[in-house]
Amino acid sequence: MDDTVIKAQGVGLTFQTADGPIHALKDVDLDIDRGEFVSFIGPSGCGKTTFLRSIAALETVTAGQISVNGMTPDQARKARAYGYVFQAPGLYPWRTIRGNISLPLEIMGFSREERAKRIAHVLELVELENFGGKYPWQLSGGMQQRASIARALAFDADILLMDEPFGALDEIVRDRLNEALLTLWAKTQKTIGFVTHSIPEAVYLSTKIVVMSPRPGRITRVIQSTLPRERPLEIRDTPEFIALAHEVREGLREGHSYD
Amino acid sequence: MTRVWRNAAPVLTVLMVIIAIWYLGAVRMNATWERDQAARASEELTTSQMITRTLTQDRPILPAPHQVAVGLYDGIAGQAITSRRSLVWHAWVTLSATLAGFAIGAGAGILLAVGIVHSRSMDQSVMPWAVASQTVPILAIAPMVIVVFASAGITGLLPKAIIAAWLSFFPVLVGMVKGLRTPDAMQLDQMKSWSASDNQQFWRLRLPSSLPYLFTSLKVAIAAALVGTIVGELPAGATAGLGARLLSGSYYGQTVQIWSALFAAALLAAGLVAIVGIIEKATLRRMGLAR
Ligand SMILES: Nc1ncnc2c1ncn2[C@@H]1O[C@H](COP(=O)(O)OP(=O)(O)OP(=O)(O)O)[C@@H](O)[C@H]1O
Ligand SMILES: [Mg+2]
Repeated sequence: MDDTVIKAQGVGLTFQTADGPIHALKDVDLDIDRGEFVSFIGPSGCGKTTFLRSIAALETVTAGQISVNGMTPDQARKARAYGYVFQAPGLYPWRTIRGNISLPLEIMGFSREERAKRIAHVLELVELENFGGKYPWQLSGGMQQRASIARALAFDADILLMDEPFGALDEIVRDRLNEALLTLWAKTQKTIGFVTHSIPEAVYLSTKIVVMSPRPGRITRVIQSTLPRERPLEIRDTPEFIALAHEVREGLREGHSYD
Repeated sequence: MTRVWRNAAPVLTVLMVIIAIWYLGAVRMNATWERDQAARASEELTTSQMITRTLTQDRPILPAPHQVAVGLYDGIAGQAITSRRSLVWHAWVTLSATLAGFAIGAGAGILLAVGIVHSRSMDQSVMPWAVASQTVPILAIAPMVIVVFASAGITGLLPKAIIAAWLSFFPVLVGMVKGLRTPDAMQLDQMKSWSASDNQQFWRLRLPSSLPYLFTSLKVAIAAALVGTIVGELPAGATAGLGARLLSGSYYGQTVQIWSALFAAALLAAGLVAIVGIIEKATLRRMGLAR
């Protein structure tokens, strides 16, 4: 059960720009085990998005290597190893919620019956059973983001990569969605990579918190959570939670003192 | 009721002002001829005589609005629609060539746009020629097209439709290229994350995203197709169509006929654009893209 699904070894990524090279990632080593919930946190520009995109084969690393399920990221993508949730829901206005969730399934060639079955299943997972026939503009921002998570879950990849999925939402909605995400994670046993700017969110959700720092983008600290997997919202008032949050804050500060 | 009035009031006011200026212009421009006539007959014209005469001439330099209205009404409703004097018949001749040219032009524009978006080399090779084609004055091209086709024994609808297509493919090409390129980096990454093929990306993302742009350009294109058709009807020999009506009117100094044909063309253009607009609205509303 405890096998590594994502393995980064000496990963570097340099963007060649008109103003010279930008070292978005440098010497990144990280192992993510099956079923882990890993958060990436760090100041803007530290390469969180770039790292997640490299895992998803949306960027190509320029040094080191990443393996996903023992394959290159490109092979893993073609093997439908992951679902990716972007910062914006990116739902198509001309498709209903059901139609939007159906989109990747159509592209991957699932049969009509199979699609219907999967759509019903993921709608239930994100608690949108009654909204399948609605259009995106008829839903709130939080519901839209849930729909986009459902879309990423529909083809049942083992890995879910999420880049600040709740960044644009208010705190109350965010709390609810975080709770829902944990429930979903417990139910589906997926491995989740999650980018965030919020310390409480990272601590609340993760089994492992990866603290990053910029110029060049690198990992400064990996914190293993001591919280149980079962997490009611109130856990955020426990001393254990506060201690973890403190440790993350320390890590962030440490990263900053380098420059 | 009051809301309708409030919306219509500015339009009506402008219309009244235009009509008033038109009447003044008609009196002024047609006055010279009346003055010459009066001088030849050594009469003195009172102002009211002057006004009634300038507004009722047979071949005025500028016909008065009511003369054009009568001419238009007579042309549309006063003749059997199969008669050569019927504006409806001429409008139909023009309309059929316009629609054919519009279909050819829009089709070509869409196909070229798809090619351009999918292939870098087409982007670089087609676009400059498309732009160049529009910088050549249509008035210079139209007679050549007519003559070339006529020498091959083809007359009537097709050569006019080709000229209409020449003018209408360009806005569709430009609008469609822009439309097909609207999907943003995130939407394209999404497609990539699902390992979608170019084909799937085109039919499921690019094409639907482009529709608002396509419709906007179709409205421009259909009006351009009408202009193209009318220009195609101007070269010597054409006897049918609103363009021919314009030309024969100017040969014989039938200014009322010219203006009637002009208004018929304007009404036709407005109607065509409105129809495209209605289809646009209905489609975009259904797709949730209406703004
Ligand atoms: N396509 C690109 N071309 C050039 N530079 C890029 C590109 N993408 C990212 N970068 C640069 O790489 C660095 C890391 O960017 P990245 O988006 O990964 O940061 P981030 O940690 O996700 O930041 P944020 O929290 O603001 O989202 C930044 O300096 C950014 O300017
Ligand atoms: Mg980012």
